[in-house]
Amino acid sequence: MAENLLSLSGVHTHIGHYHILQGVDLVVPRGELTMLLGRNGAGKTTALRTILGLWSASAGAIRFEDSDITQRDTPAIANLGIAYVPESMGIFAGLTVQENLVLAARRGPPEEARLDWIFRYFPPMKKFWDLPAGNLSGGQKQMLSISRAIVEPRKLVLIDEPTKGLAPAIINNLIEAFAELKKTDTTILMVEQNFHAAKSLGDSVAVMDAGRIVHAGRMADLATDDALQTRLLGLSLEAHQ
Amino acid sequence: MSAPEGALVSRRLDWRPPALILAIALGSLVLVGNPSTWLTLTIAGLAMGLMIFIMSSGLTLVFGLMDVMNFAHGLFIALGAYVGASTVKLFSAAASADSFLANLGAIAPAVLAAMLAAGLLGLFFERVIVRPVYGDHLKQILITTGGMIVAEQLILVLWGPDQIPVERPATLRGSFLVGDMAIEKYRLIAVAIGLAVFAGMMLLLNRTKIGLLIRAGVENKEMVEAMGYRIRRLFVGVFVAGSALAGLGGALWGMYQESVTVHIGASMMVLIFIVIIIGGLGSIGGCFAGAVLVGLVANYVGYLSPKIALGSNILLMVLILLWRPQGLYPVGKS
Ligand SMILES: Nc1ncnc2c1ncn2[C@@H]1O[C@H](COP(=O)(O)OP(=O)(O)O)[C@@H](O)[C@H]1O
Ligand SMILES: [Mg+2]
Repeated sequence: MAENLLSLSGVHTHIGHYHILQGVDLVVPRGELTMLLGRNGAGKTTALRTILGLWSASAGAIRFEDSDITQRDTPAIANLGIAYVPESMGIFAGLTVQENLVLAARRGPPEEARLDWIFRYFPPMKKFWDLPAGNLSGGQKQMLSISRAIVEPRKLVLIDEPTKGLAPAIINNLIEAFAELKKTDTTILMVEQNFHAAKSLGDSVAVMDAGRIVHAGRMADLATDDALQTRLLGLSLEAHQ
Repeated sequence: MSAPEGALVSRRLDWRPPALILAIALGSLVLVGNPSTWLTLTIAGLAMGLMIFIMSSGLTLVFGLMDVMNFAHGLFIALGAYVGASTVKLFSAAASADSFLANLGAIAPAVLAAMLAAGLLGLFFERVIVRPVYGDHLKQILITTGGMIVAEQLILVLWGPDQIPVERPATLRGSFLVGDMAIEKYRLIAVAIGLAVFAGMMLLLNRTKIGLLIRAGVENKEMVEAMGYRIRRLFVGVFVAGSALAGLGGALWGMYQESVTVHIGASMMVLIFIVIIIGGLGSIGGCFAGAVLVGLVANYVGYLSPKIALGSNILLMVLILLWRPQGLYPVGKS
């Protein structure tokens, strides 16, 4: 199996008085797409935010490549080559599509080849290049948020529920784009409630419940094991298929 | 990068706030009746508005970017006014010469010294007073108000308790005569400087990466950090630049009033808060529109109905907020 790019061991996170992550053990193999599943409120978003230092872990260790990043601040962690597509998308509504991408590109202006690649999968980015991002539709905002994350090569992309609230046609568009992204070197950790999307994209999978990882393995094994799916994910997820 | 084909028109300006300003100006022309009086009031209003804009532009960004309530902002205005006044006095030969170029030899150092002093005080203030109380509005209000009181005492020690007269440089006194209308020179200068500051800020905010970062940070600072930028550093820069601009505004205002007291800053703060709330917290365009509106309304109402002049700007704020609860040009927080 591939070596791990990211690993969390025994990570606890408190938000105010609430003890949200209660000892998360998670590995993200290099070059793979790891799916993080689990019902609402399980702690998936909190896990991503803790990796990025937006919440600070109260115990445990987070390692990225050869370094311990547990205590580093968010900009330092991001600058290691980690990009984030938050659940809320986090686009800058008053900035144009172009300006959003310019800010996301840390190594100078975005490369033409990358932009062409983005435009091929997300044509609205080209069409609305000079338009304030606030004017985009929900699906287009999600495309922009993802485009920002991949506007230059990254080592790891954290993506939180990219298909949430989007129309099926757009979801298929996103799945296609992620499949292409997987062909590059990029390692991805994705939270996804849509099991169809999760099944078709995930290499490995981890399932969270009540602030802990309750299952980890290969996506293919979970996808073919109906009993395990039902036990781990319940009927609520099946309904999304 | 060039825009790909099919790109739509970018950033259409919301025309309603400028239209409102125009409507108020034209409406008061009818009420005032006499065009020459109206023009005098309008130019006075614009001058006042633009000086208020210079004073408030930093405060709106400081609030928008870091959610910091700085009640001591008036301090930078007061310090700018005092330092400006003292510098003009120091260069009094140049100030009293009858040539604009010679006067510039007094104005330029006065303005620069005012900005430098206020900027340095801002740097100190951010470090010592503001930084320890991030994220806590009540503490911010208490400690910045406290800092303001202490600093006002220091100003009294340095410059004494008496009102200081400020000599306006010779060529900036008096008026231009246009037909039968007299237009005060200093007001035109204030308008020109205010417009230049506004243009410079718009260029910075829209055409530079730092400007993009400031606008992005006002919307969603967490996302800016998640992209690897240190918002704290950006904030210090904005705080210092905003303090320096407040110093510039104070120096100009002192010269306009032709006197400076220790309360010159605090006395402006009510109007400044009204301006940044009307404009939409964190919005420079809104701050500009709000300042022009406040300046014009203060002058029109002061002429038409002096008794309600004091309350007119509060009434204006209430009406604007009923129309647009987030201000004239709301900043989309995400
Ligand atoms: N800012 C917050 N303050 C308090 N509780 C929070 C906050 N964010 C999340 N939580 C709580 O933490 C738990 C996990 O939330 P989250 O990580 O968003 O779950 P998921 O992404 O799996 O749906 C939930 O019970 C949620 O209510
Ligand atoms: Mg979530």
